Amino acid sequence: MKNTFPLWEVFIRSKQGLDHKHAGSLHAADAKMAIENARDVYTRRQEGVSIWVVESKHIHASNPDEAGSLYEPANDKVYRHPTFYDLPDELKHM
Amino acid sequence: MPSEEVIFQDKVDREIRIEPKDWMPADYRKTLIRQISQHAHSEIVGMLPEGHWITRAPTLKRKATLIAKVQDEAGHGLYLYAAAETLGITRDEMVDQLHAGKAKYSSIFNYPTLTWADIGAIGWLVDGAAIMNQVPLTRTSYGPYARAMVRICKEESFHQRQGFEILLVLSRGSKEQKAMCQDAINRWWWPSVMMFGPNDESSPHTAQSMKWKVKRFTNDELRQRFIDICADQVKVLGMQLPDPDLKWNEETQHYDFGPINWEEFWQVVNGNGPCNKERMTARIKAHEEGQWVREAALAFAGKMSSRAGVRG
Repeated sequence: MKNTFPLWEVFIRSKQGLDHKHAGSLHAADAKMAIENARDVYTRRQEGVSIWVVESKHIHASNPDEAGSLYEPANDKVYRHPTFYDLPDELKHM
Repeated sequence: MPSEEVIFQDKVDREIRIEPKDWMPADYRKTLIRQISQHAHSEIVGMLPEGHWITRAPTLKRKATLIAKVQDEAGHGLYLYAAAETLGITRDEMVDQLHAGKAKYSSIFNYPTLTWADIGAIGWLVDGAAIMNQVPLTRTSYGPYARAMVRICKEESFHQRQGFEILLVLSRGSKEQKAMCQDAINRWWWPSVMMFGPNDESSPHTAQSMKWKVKRFTNDELRQRFIDICADQVKVLGMQLPDPDLKWNEETQHYDFGPINWEEFWQVVNGNGPCNKERMTARIKAHEEGQWVREAALAFAGKMSSRAGVRG
């Protein structure tokens, strides 16, 4: 029998108040083992205070080939940014 | 519409990282799989020569440090295997290639660690050469590889410093300790210099790898930089590098160095180094003896999830 441990993606919160961020991936038989392995592989130097693991097969990703059409609608909407609005310099606190 | 190949090269030229699902030339994928898996294997096999000294480290502090270092190497192997897996090869395939002798690993780990000073020399020279190679790889064009290298480089710096410190202590010790220090440097110097691989003119893939920005500097450029740095660092130890031709060249602003024994290099690459067989035997044994653990873990996970299924 081959090693068919599924692949897991690991997300780590580096300190309270920050988001969990993708740290990498690893193989494990189940979620408990994935968390224990993630601690050993990705937090040997206090890199984290919280770990999320999710089996890689559950992640759905956008297709990079469609990036153009997917993000294009945001391209010409500069009015969504505060710098689009021309206001006099004497206006303070805005 | 420009071809996919043109779009790809344009991204590379503009320093836009290539990510796993992006289109890439088949040869780029193949080159990366080869390079990253070799790199991963080197980290894993590299645990063996050092692991050898864990039970014999001279103090508790040194033992704790060495365990931490060897554990780091395991971690580095795992980061790199994971990066290679994003290119479509499985962990099993890579492990099989290593055990079947089809995949290479760094030849340096086919040399034995005869004395405690060797652990110092490995940290200073072998990890030093590895860092020289790895720092430019943090900017390599393939995203997952570059990210793995960032993490690895942060950790390698401790490896090199602890190694130099081991030698520094020995270099200030008794006559015997000084001799042990010099002997380790003598044995590890040339194999470390060879870690950068063949000369540029005998390295057929360099040009393509530079164009793809998989590599950022040639073997000879990195080797020269390593020699320049070590030639100065060895003075702090009051020791000598075993090269009678090593001499500062005012004109080139680099150290000149003596001829490299490429015959030895190829002998070790091709399986005839002092420890090639021992290393592979140890890896295969560890893998085979761990088989029941992997099977038990999978059986347990299967049982737990089917129970959860019944309850749900």
